[in-house]
Amino acid sequence: MDDIVTDNLTKSYASGWPGRPPFVALDGLSLSVRRGEIFGFLGPNGAGKTTTLKILLGLVRATSGQAYLLGQPAGDVAARRRIGFLPESPYFYDYLTAEEFLGFYGRLAGLDRGAITQRVTDLLGLVGLTEARTRQLRKFSKGMLQRVGLAQALIHDPELIILDEPMTGLDPVGRKQVRDLILSLRDRGKTVFFSTHILHDVEMICDRVGIVMKGRLVASGRVDELVRQDHTQSVEVVCQQLKIEGNAFIHSLATRVLQQGQQCLIVLPSPDAVDALVGEIRRQGGRLLSVTPHKASLEDLFFQEATQQTSLSLPHMTGGRAS
Amino acid sequence: MGAIGVIALNAFRESLRDKILYNLVLFAGLLIGLSVLLADLSITEHHKVIADMGLAAINLIGVIIAIFVGISLVNKEIERRTIYTIMARPISRASFVLGKYLGLALTLFVNLAIMVAVFLLTLWLYHVPIQLSIFQAVLLIFVEILVVTAVALFFSTFSSTTLSAIFTLGLYVIGHLTADLRTLVANSESGPIKSLVDLLYYLCPNLDMLNIKGQAAVGIAAAPEYVILASLYGVMYAGFLLTGACLVFQQRDF
Ligand SMILES: Nc1ncnc2c1ncn2[C@@H]1O[C@H](COP(=O)(O)OP(=O)(O)OP(=O)(O)O)[C@@H](O)[C@H]1O
Ligand SMILES: [Mg+2]
Repeated sequence: MDDIVTDNLTKSYASGWPGRPPFVALDGLSLSVRRGEIFGFLGPNGAGKTTTLKILLGLVRATSGQAYLLGQPAGDVAARRRIGFLPESPYFYDYLTAEEFLGFYGRLAGLDRGAITQRVTDLLGLVGLTEARTRQLRKFSKGMLQRVGLAQALIHDPELIILDEPMTGLDPVGRKQVRDLILSLRDRGKTVFFSTHILHDVEMICDRVGIVMKGRLVASGRVDELVRQDHTQSVEVVCQQLKIEGNAFIHSLATRVLQQGQQCLIVLPSPDAVDALVGEIRRQGGRLLSVTPHKASLEDLFFQEATQQTSLSLPHMTGGRAS
Repeated sequence: MGAIGVIALNAFRESLRDKILYNLVLFAGLLIGLSVLLADLSITEHHKVIADMGLAAINLIGVIIAIFVGISLVNKEIERRTIYTIMARPISRASFVLGKYLGLALTLFVNLAIMVAVFLLTLWLYHVPIQLSIFQAVLLIFVEILVVTAVALFFSTFSSTTLSAIFTLGLYVIGHLTADLRTLVANSESGPIKSLVDLLYYLCPNLDMLNIKGQAAVGIAAAPEYVILASLYGVMYAGFLLTGACLVFQQRDF
């Protein structure tokens, strides 16, 4: 069985008003995360990422559907010994020092004294907080809290690491460190499942992604596969000294034509028309400056799904929906 | 050490860092001020009043801390979201609730022990005879504190901090009155009133049973069987409430 499996997970929150229907935060979400992979859980604000993670950890009960972690039903107490979790915003016991804080979680995980001392030293070094070892958490900056939270999730060397937006609040160096850390965890055979709304992080490190919108999984798979599914690869052509007005041929090829002073930008819907366009530009005595294929990124897919979800009236939106 | 112990010790450490024990300064001041003020009374009167007031202060301060720390014990963890990382650990929700309770009980015990030490010192300074009855009274005060903490924790698992405070204070007051009320309506003609008072009597903790301060102050010891039974009653009542608190907490979403 995969390390994380959810089957038709649904969560509705009572509206708090009699007669008002409950709010559906998760709507039949099914996904699976394989052993040893980095899985990015991507979605806009309010999509249901945190809700999913809370159900996996047993903090919230699903209204219906099943979830399994490491082969055990979500919320199983013993299985949590093998799971590390970093919540969305780091709220911790602020009266503890960094070292007491990590020691506390080490003891909760059942580590012995010697192992705790060793792990605390290693992890504080790993997240760059060795200097702040004896400082109380209430004196920590936001990014430092995020770092110590990450160390907390790893204190017992878990097999499965679940992180809710691990990069928020970190400076560029910190983001890079966290990316490297996640990669090194995978190299050591761990499974990492993390949520984010930052596409760049996902594109850089994830083996597979799932895109969640309004509580539904709208796409999932390998990053390159998801991106390839998207056939609307456009090409931008820039040229000079070309009289574009009245050129019906160019207008028929292009999805957009922009004249800026001497320069002219022509956007083609696909690479197929590039030859025809370049020929026409030559014939008209224009000078070609650049041809840039606009590589469809996860971002395009993300926005495409987002618009599809928010306004169902857009007729031209088709394409690979995995749900 | 099990997870309950880890949680309990950390809760104890939290109360130390929150400087809860500073109340002891207040207690010592109260006691010393009182004994100086009352120095004019006759010797026997003086002895009785010091013992009486000392025990009352110990009881009051213990109960106030029990209520106000007890109601926020678990709620604070949810409001401050510190519970997320803890419940993600291999620890059951019941263990968490029990650990928090035991941590506060330990704090209250240490607090009580220091208050009692100061109290005994005062008694000794004023040559008040220190008798068994004082220790009996203190034991039952601690049992009452355990019950009140459990009441506060129980209410806080399903209601807001403010409501929990009101419910706990209410139950504390009623708990001290039901026995009297019952004697009062014993001769009443009205059936419904009688059954209502009976219901209150059996439902609410009979805290008056745990109050032997009056007789202890004048040196009359209670029968050992009484002290044992009253303690057992209190501990069982607290256990009953804690079970309820765990069951409610089990169902909560965070
Ligand atoms: N306790 C709750 N009661 C009612 N509604 C809730 C509760 N918790 C979450 N929701 C709703 O569920 C939806 C999903 O919330 P969730 O926190 O899972 O989003 P998210 O994907 O993590 O968003 P973000 O990127 O902003 O963190 C939101 O619309 C939110 O308002
Ligand atoms: Mg979230």
